[in-house]
This record gives sequence, C-alpha cells and structure tokens, in this order.
Amino acid sequence: MDDLRRTTGLLFAILGGILLIYGLAKPDIRAALDSDVNVNLWTGLTLFVFGGCLLWLSVRTRL
Amino acid sequence: MTLRPIDYVSLSIYFLFVLGIGWIVKRRIRTSEDFLTSRHSVPVWITSLAFIAANLGAQEMIGMCASGAKYGIMTAQFYWLGAVPAMLFVGLFMMPFYYGSRARSVPEYLKLRFDEKTRGLNAVTFAVMTIFSSGISMYALGLLFQLVLNWSFTNSVLLSAAIVLVYTFLGGLTSAIYNEVVQFFLIVLGFAPLSILAVSKAGGWSGISKHLQPVMTHTWRYVGHASENPMGVDAIGLVLGLGFVLSFGYWCTNFLVVQRALAADSLDGSRKTPVLAAIPKIFMPFVVIFPGIAAVALMSTASGYTLPLKPSGGYNYDLVLTTLMAKFYPNGTLGIGLTALMASFMSGMAGNVTAFNTVFTYDLYQSYIKKDAPDRHYLWVGRATTVVGVALSLACAYLATHFNDIMDFLQLVFAFVNAPLFATFLLGMFWKRSTGHGAFWGLLMGLIAGGLTLGLTEAENKGGWIAPLHHFPSSMAQNFWIAIWSWLTCFVITIIVSLFTKPKQVCELENLVYGVTQIPREQGTVWYKRPGPLAVFVAVLLVVMNVIFW
Repeated sequence: MDDLRRTTGLLFAILGGILLIYGLAKPDIRAALDSDVNVNLWTGLTLFVFGGCLLWLSVRTRL
Repeated sequence: MTLRPIDYVSLSIYFLFVLGIGWIVKRRIRTSEDFLTSRHSVPVWITSLAFIAANLGAQEMIGMCASGAKYGIMTAQFYWLGAVPAMLFVGLFMMPFYYGSRARSVPEYLKLRFDEKTRGLNAVTFAVMTIFSSGISMYALGLLFQLVLNWSFTNSVLLSAAIVLVYTFLGGLTSAIYNEVVQFFLIVLGFAPLSILAVSKAGGWSGISKHLQPVMTHTWRYVGHASENPMGVDAIGLVLGLGFVLSFGYWCTNFLVVQRALAADSLDGSRKTPVLAAIPKIFMPFVVIFPGIAAVALMSTASGYTLPLKPSGGYNYDLVLTTLMAKFYPNGTLGIGLTALMASFMSGMAGNVTAFNTVFTYDLYQSYIKKDAPDRHYLWVGRATTVVGVALSLACAYLATHFNDIMDFLQLVFAFVNAPLFATFLLGMFWKRSTGHGAFWGLLMGLIAGGLTLGLTEAENKGGWIAPLHHFPSSMAQNFWIAIWSWLTCFVITIIVSLFTKPKQVCELENLVYGVTQIPREQGTVWYKRPGPLAVFVAVLLVVMNVIFW
C-alpha cells in the first residue's frame, strides 16, 4: 500500500528533520549521561534518513 | 524528567498523523467486514508489522526492560524460546485452517469446528479478558506518566483513550493495523538509541559481562536448577510452560494477534505474516531487554546511574526504562522516546479494542442477540462496541486505582487463560475425532484446573487461597506450572469426552481439520517468498541467537 509508505515516511522525515535542526542549532543540549555525543543530531539524522527511504520507496513504485 | 516545548511538538505531530490515518481509512469503510476484519485486503508487509506491534504494548516495553534488569538476558527466553517458535507454528500449520475456514474470528472457528457452546465460552472469556487487560495497561501508563512527568492521571488516561477511540472508530481494524506499522517503527527507532547509549556507556556487551554476575548474561547455562537462576525456574517448567504452553497459547489462539494475520490479502500472505514478523521479533530483545541489563551494569561503574528505589525499599524495576530515558535522552530525543512509549501503549490498546469489537459483534451480538439484521446494522453495532469497549477499559483503569488486589489477581488468571485453549486447537485442527462436547468440557476443566493449581500453590505470597500445598521458588515458576496443568487437563479431558461422544461427519470438517483441507503447494516462487523456506531461515537465525547468548 504505497500511501502508508508515504504517510509513514512523511511522519519520520518531519520528526527527524525537526530534531536534526534542533541538534544543529542547540548542540549543547545534553542529557546527564551523554556528554560526548550530540544525541539529538544523530537520532534526528537517523529518523530523517529512514523517513526519506520510505518516501523514496513510495515514489519509486508509483513511477 | 522535565519536558520542553520541542518534546511536545513531536508528541503532537504524532497524534496528528495517527488521527489522519484514521481519517484517510474511513473512506474505505462500507460494510461491517470492512470495519471489523479488513476483508482480507491488507498487504503482507503491513500485517506482519502489525502482528508484532499489537503485542508490543506499553506494559510489554516497560516489563521487558524491568525483567532485563531483574533477570538479565534470560528474559530473552520470552522471545527466543517462547514467541518465535510459536509464531512459526501458527504461520505454517494453523493459518491454513484459520484462513481456509473463512472464520471471521477465533471463536467463530470454534463454532465451525466444534459447536455453539464452545464458541460462547471462548467468546465470553476473551471479551472479558480483553477489556480488563486494556484497562490494566491504561492504569499502568497513567500511573507512570503521573510519577515521571507529573501529568494528571485522569488527563493522560483520557487523552490517550480518546485518540485510540477516534482512529479505531473512524477506520476500524484497517486503521488500527496501519497505525500499528507507524507505531512499530516509532517503538524501534525511539527505543534503539537508548539501548545503544546505555550499552555503550556500560562498556558494550563485554563490559556488561565483566560487571555482572554470569547468570545475568546467559540464557540457558543456569536453567538446570531453579535455585541457580534469578527467575527461579527449572528447565522443564521453562521449556514446557513458557516455550510450549504459554507461548503457543498466546501466539496461536489469541485473537488479538491472529486477527492481524487473517486480515492478509491471501492465504499465502496470512501464513507468511507470523513468519515474517518473527524476524524483527528475534532482534527485539536488543531494543527492549538490553537497556535493562545495561542499567544494572551501569550501577557498578562510576556512571552515576542508580536503579530507582521503591518507597518501601528494594528496586522499582518498572521505572528502569523511564529513568534511563531521563539520564540518556536530551530534550528533543526525549520527546521521541515518550512518543514511542505512547505509541506502544496505543498499539496495545487499539489491538484490544479491535479484537473486542469483532468478537462482540459477530460472536456474541450476531449469534445470541440479533441474528438476521442487514449488514448496516452490524456496522453500527461494531462502531458502538468500539465506544463501549474504550469506555469499559477506562472504567477498569479507574477500578484498578481503587482495587489493586483484584487487578493483581486478574493478571494471575489471565496469565493462564489461553493455556488450555491451545490444547483445544491442537486437537481440533489435527484430530478429526475430537468433538464439540470434548472441546467444551476440556476447555472448562482446563480453566478450572488452572484456577485450582493457583489456589493450591503459593509463590511470593501469591496464590494459595484454597490451601498452600506446594511452594514455588518464584511466581514465574508458579505461572509456568499452572499453564502446564491447565493445558494437560484440557488435552486429556477433550480426548476422553471425544471418545465417548459422536464426532462430526468428515464432509463437515473440510477446510477446518488437517487431512481434509487442501494445503496449497508452495512452488514456482523464490524461497524467501514461500512460508516454508522462510521459516527454516528464521529457525536458523533463532538457533544462532541461542548459541551466542548460551
């Protein structure tokens, strides 16, 4: 069902995109135990890429 | 744990999408079957993900993390010994009869295979159990949010119930299933970073093994004797009770999950649903159990993390997941983590609601109250039952705040309700001679035997309300043995009563029983599209996991 791929992809692209921008804009927001990684940046990037992949899959099948 | 606006943004966006999916699916709903069973129309990748997501409720996530901290990697037995083999079995050997019979629900299969009274017994126990389970998990979630985020119990419970109600009311099972796919990805992607962060902070698996007792990092090595492992279970109880009776009882006969496989667009798809679902299931322990194990290891490093304590003393394992999140997730990711927790709660609850409305509408209302109404009427009843189901769950959640003991007791009972049912199905699907009277009395006696075992044994101050004749080292061991006795009673009684009663004609059993059902041959397609070879692949993967963490 391609529209579910599109809907899910869109959700993750948006959630990931926001988190990615937040991680870039405020790199010093850290939790108590992760001083050495920018968790927001990496989580955001992962969600964004995952969402992008789903969107790409849904576009590819429709072509 | 304090939330910032960014965290609420993620949560709100998720809620919007959830409702949006319900709204989109609504247009496709014309008949009661569209609403209640999705009319065999859902592609297999979607049913497979929904199949595991419906089981990944919030209690499962919180509970598995808690067990990880309490018992270590042995908790993975619930997946690697329990769930996965049962999922392969239901896909390969049971779906041909479920799907082939064209039954719309598990109780309806019992009606077709056996008789009305067996269906009635199963439908009533299932409906009651579904409502209470969904109420209990709602209660647990409300309590957690109250404790961790200072949200009001009433508001968080009402809000989450309202959202589940809206999307299941609009789009029925299809909407629930579509949302479960989104929820599955959210659960995995929202909790995986926690696992990665916690495990790497604890020094990876080797660091964890160094800091913990060896019992915490082995699945099988210490099951020889109950006193050697933290679960307090012996090998027979574990393998027969969990690995055979409880897991097969849950995955093969619980309509909540079977309904997802039945929604698949072909018999082949319905057989592949549990088999494909088993692949991510094998890897779930890394996401849900590992954070708990890492949490204990972190205690013995200089990380500054300590397990949360109960006011009465002792560790409060149920809070491990959320305290880990507070320590490892900065605001932003924290919102995603909470969204994942919310998603897991919703998938579990929607699963209960959609199973409840189908069983109520078809197996209770249409069978006992109003038989020959036009379909429009049943669609209306299905929708009304959705509202009633959510309202009843809410009522149970509030009941739980006042009568905690009753809820504890009910959870003990629910733990074995599906155990005898698996004996009924095994005999029903694979033994032509088994009869309706046999099935009914077997099931009833099996349930009673389970209750008696609970009443006559005691563990951790639970059970033993008749006379504590036997003491188990842990309530888990007690639970496994109750299941074994309950299953065995049902199995034996069904056989004995069947031999003394008249069986159905063979022609009536077509598509219901092994031997008189055409099982499609799987040829002409590549191996990974055929249920059989796929199951072999999954089994190999499973053996590898068990060997690695032996």
